[in-house]
Amino acid sequence: MAAQQELAKSPTGIQGLDEITNGGLPFGRPTLVCGGAGSGKTLLAASFLLNGIVEYGEPGILMTFEETAEELASDLASLGYDLGKLVEEGKLIVDYVRVERSEIEETGEYDLEGLFVRLEHAVNSIGARRVVLDTIESLFAGLTNPGILRAELRRLFRWLKDRRLTTVLTGERGDAALTRQGLEEYVSDAVILLDHRVQDQVSTRRLRIVKYRGSHHGTNEYPFLIDRDGLHVLPVTSLGLLHPALKERVSTGVPRLDEMLSGRGYYRGSTILLSGTAGTGKTSLAAHFVDAACRRGERCLYFLFEESPPQLMRNMLSIGIDLQQWVDRGLLQFQADRPSRFGLETHLASMQRAVAKFEPSVVVADPVTNLLTVGTHSDVRWMLTRVIDYLKLGSITVLFTSLTPGSRELEETDAGISSLMDTWIMLTIAEQNRRRRRWISVLKSRGMAHSDSVREYMLTDRGLSVLDSEPDTRGAGKAMAGV
Amino acid sequence: MQTQLNAATPLTTSSETFLLRLYVAGQTPKCVRAFENLKRICEEYLAGRYHIEMVDLLQNPQLARGDQILAVPTLVRRLPEPIKKIIGDLSNTERVLVGLDLRPARRPGS
Repeated sequence: MAAQQELAKSPTGIQGLDEITNGGLPFGRPTLVCGGAGSGKTLLAASFLLNGIVEYGEPGILMTFEETAEELASDLASLGYDLGKLVEEGKLIVDYVRVERSEIEETGEYDLEGLFVRLEHAVNSIGARRVVLDTIESLFAGLTNPGILRAELRRLFRWLKDRRLTTVLTGERGDAALTRQGLEEYVSDAVILLDHRVQDQVSTRRLRIVKYRGSHHGTNEYPFLIDRDGLHVLPVTSLGLLHPALKERVSTGVPRLDEMLSGRGYYRGSTILLSGTAGTGKTSLAAHFVDAACRRGERCLYFLFEESPPQLMRNMLSIGIDLQQWVDRGLLQFQADRPSRFGLETHLASMQRAVAKFEPSVVVADPVTNLLTVGTHSDVRWMLTRVIDYLKLGSITVLFTSLTPGSRELEETDAGISSLMDTWIMLTIAEQNRRRRRWISVLKSRGMAHSDSVREYMLTDRGLSVLDSEPDTRGAGKAMAGV
Repeated sequence: MQTQLNAATPLTTSSETFLLRLYVAGQTPKCVRAFENLKRICEEYLAGRYHIEMVDLLQNPQLARGDQILAVPTLVRRLPEPIKKIIGDLSNTERVLVGLDLRPARRPGS
């Protein structure tokens, strides 16, 4: 990227948001955050303010027009913020501005100097650098003269800019415009739109930067999460194809499979797809990989979309793989979720959160095909692309298992996602001489000369065992997969 | 509420003292006008039973929060209770009287 004259930024401390905004909100200027009821506006604004105090040493003013200070404090306490303490320490002022039309009679000319005085006094008394106005539109409900209000709002934003206060104001989403009162016309610097959709009983939160003057920003809709730790935005699409290509190799956990992959296993930081019909041992092969990684002392994060962790561990123990020991040593962590519990973005978000927290070097998603039940094929592909970009950037090796419904359409079913994979391994079962025999083959493996033979394997009480190859075609038959 | 109200009946009894506080921000024309209007109305309708307190928010900014002051000028009727607020330069005497409960409010639509 070329060097650019970027504006000074105020970091929000909100995970992900600072990445997609290249460092935060415009310093010393107002940013409008709009969205419908319950879209997370207040939380975003408050996080910006409180992180500013706690992490960046910038005192802040929270001027609230809707909730009382007590209501806000109790809302934010559930997210781990102690407003009372910050107020006591002189780093925060919460000012509840009550505007009740029924209590106010208007006669003649007035201005909002009272509000200015209040704000200025608050700012001066603690040396505030950040201000949140949540939501200033309430003024329109409380006062009848929109002409005065608009003129005063214009003055207010100029006032905030003159004092170089980084400000977040929230606005209720309007039908035709971004906000009901057209606040966006006063705020020319940055506008963030929040959206909360519930589709097929699945709830998804999205964030979009509508405008950010003078700065590069991602224009996509980014999923975000609100959980116990606050608000998190998932910036994955912006990552692009900048991830490193490592030369280091990691064992598959099955020596003969390593052999098939030019003798040394998968590339670290690559993507692996294990496809197969039911009962082919996809999970076993994944477990081997996890087991091998844990033996090297690496951390593994295992996403389960079908089984429970105890069930999976019991099954793996029956083929001689003891995963419990790695869980006990803190090297292996499971995260089991029913795909139907959330929308795709939320899955994506929670996967990314888990990765960021646990910092694994290996991630398994088993079976990734279960996510197909949540979204359309292209949505799933989109989500996987984002997951993969994110993981690759951290040089995390990721293994997906894919359950293919029938032996015929094997490759077709996976076609959508296989192009995202560096290595694609196929497991099949065929009946021969009244015995079901299992076969493993490497369909592709980018950047290495892999075996093109189809080899038989068995699931034994000591794991998945690839049998000696039949007349070897290596040498002449070595395939170089497309890179 | 059986009492019939008409425009001539004051809503408050004549013995009550009005404690009024006028919030201003400096000597702006609006603020000066508001004080003059208030003084005139009080003399006419509340002679001998009112007390006006002026608060200049530029001098005492911390007082804006307590009375929930937003607009300037704002007149606050602190007594008799309940607290009432009238914002603006008080140029419309009828509305000031309504705001102070010295006149019943007109019904919506009239």
